[in-house]
Amino acid sequence: MKCDKCGGEATVHEVTIRSGKKVERHLCDRCAKGEGLPVQSQSVSVTQVLSHFIAQQAAGAVAPFAGPPAEAAKATQCPACGTTYAQFRHDGLLGCPECYASFEIQLGPLLERAHEGGTHHVGKVPRRVSGHALPPARPHRIDAPATPPRPTPDERARRIETLRKRLAEAVAAEQYELAAKIRDELRQLEAPATSAAPAPSKDPGQAKPGGTGGIGGVGGPGGAGGGAV
Amino acid sequence: MNDNYSVFSAASVRRGAEWLRGEGADADVVISSRVRLARNLKGFPFVRRAPRHVRERILAIARERLLNADLTAVSGGSARSERMMWVDVHNCDPLDRTLLVERHLISKEHAKQSLPTKGNEDATPAPGSSPGGEPRGVAISVPDERLSIMVNEEDHLRIQVLRSGLDLAGEGGAFDQINAVDDRLEGLPGSPGLEYAYSPRFGYLTACPTNVGTGIRVSVMLHLPALKLTGEMEKVKRATRDLSLAVRGYYGEGSEAIGDFYQISNQTTLGKSERVILQQFERDIIPQVIAYERAARRVLLEKRRRVLEDQVMRALGTLRYARLLTPEEALSLLSQVRLGVIMGLIPDIAESTVNQLILLTQPAHLQRVIGREMDQNQRREARADLVRQQLSI
Repeated sequence: MKCDKCGGEATVHEVTIRSGKKVERHLCDRCAKGEGLPVQSQSVSVTQVLSHFIAQQAAGAVAPFAGPPAEAAKATQCPACGTTYAQFRHDGLLGCPECYASFEIQLGPLLERAHEGGTHHVGKVPRRVSGHALPPARPHRIDAPATPPRPTPDERARRIETLRKRLAEAVAAEQYELAAKIRDELRQLEAPATSAAPAPSKDPGQAKPGGTGGIGGVGGPGGAGGGAV
Repeated sequence: MNDNYSVFSAASVRRGAEWLRGEGADADVVISSRVRLARNLKGFPFVRRAPRHVRERILAIARERLLNADLTAVSGGSARSERMMWVDVHNCDPLDRTLLVERHLISKEHAKQSLPTKGNEDATPAPGSSPGGEPRGVAISVPDERLSIMVNEEDHLRIQVLRSGLDLAGEGGAFDQINAVDDRLEGLPGSPGLEYAYSPRFGYLTACPTNVGTGIRVSVMLHLPALKLTGEMEKVKRATRDLSLAVRGYYGEGSEAIGDFYQISNQTTLGKSERVILQQFERDIIPQVIAYERAARRVLLEKRRRVLEDQVMRALGTLRYARLLTPEEALSLLSQVRLGVIMGLIPDIAESTVNQLILLTQPAHLQRVIGREMDQNQRREARADLVRQQLSI
């Protein structure tokens, strides 16, 4: 394939969606660099990239307080309380409720082992279920008793009100990570009725509201969406 | 309303504890039933990672709610629960803390002087707070002492209901009470109350992931001297461990069984509902263990009566004539005597006397009953004197 700019051999291919339309760009190394796009040497295999990524994670997990949460280090430190995964491994205690979301990927198998195969909560649900610490349940959950009931318009209004209050509090307390989560939830609630309820959906490809749209869309669980490989 | 009642008063110390009264279903084998729920407040770090001023705030929020949520209205059955008594554990005399541990109202961990708060730079005490220890407390329903709620233990809240005998899942049982208390603490949306940390996937979020989900720990304290005598205890232990339940001693976590008292509790909290866990206990496991123990007692009485009598009477003899007793020896001898009393081998001693002594021979209770602080050697003397006096012919 030819480079869109200079006509040389294109090595970098970029696909983006802009206002619903697919836009493709094909550039050679030099032109891509000029455009500020990341360029990989052709000798780097997918496996190498992956192993590098894992090594980065491991390094972050070993060193306590690994710097500011960069994209790759996110899973090794909770952005809400600063607890590192290494700290958790050391004393078995998480730092805050948000840690469950931050370390969800590592905690999954660990919890399954500790709880004899239990992976999802079944049982009592608090009365105040506004503003979950985690995104709504994964689509494949089947434990009906644990799912919060679809809110009535009244409940919805109340929840929106509490969320607004909590958003203000979170901002005042400079808890931006939390504030962002509350804001997302608010948007979801305030959106038209069809997409409002975080009710259990059997549709495995539930689109994330507010996203700029990606290719494919059937990402892995967790929704973190790792960087392009 | 009895506003003067205190857990620490000489009268309540002497009276013993509600859960050791030997009342309720299957009390010949089941000493007590306990249910606890681990809960954390939304928007706060967990206790061990929270700076001091945050822990103080959690304590204030929880205290306010615990004392104003009318928790004693849901005590169920007996109306002996009149109000909630609050204890600032960090301002508490060490002996009083031990007393609360012995009465199973707080954990050993909660009684410790200071929590290990590594990496916690914010350790300067806030104005008006005690420099003595980490801010933590407990609310206790009085005078029945069935309900106790620890604040700032490993989790922000550890709610506990403790009952005599087997009394878990039935109507008005320990679970009904704790569930209602939990609801009341939370309150209704739009009214005052606590908001819990919760996620649809992981349930109630706890500092340690071994408690996440329902946050429930069900435990039953059993008296199994016959199974021990017939050598069948190992079988019971194996069977319960196969069901992923923990078997512990009288003093709970990390303790060996003394006096043939065993605590059986659930280990998993994620993926099973509260009702399923309770049912597993009250319908499946505990009745089986009770049946084993009773069968073993019958066998002993019918086939090895002389051996049984010998063991029980020797224990009683030692208690009646000993001049020095350690708490462990007292507990293990009292266990034998309890068996003898229940099986009708010792007609002149009441079971309640034995149950009471189980508590009064423990260090803090002993010192409160005698009315002065004593060192270990003095306690051994005083313990033997007290037992002798209570069991005198």
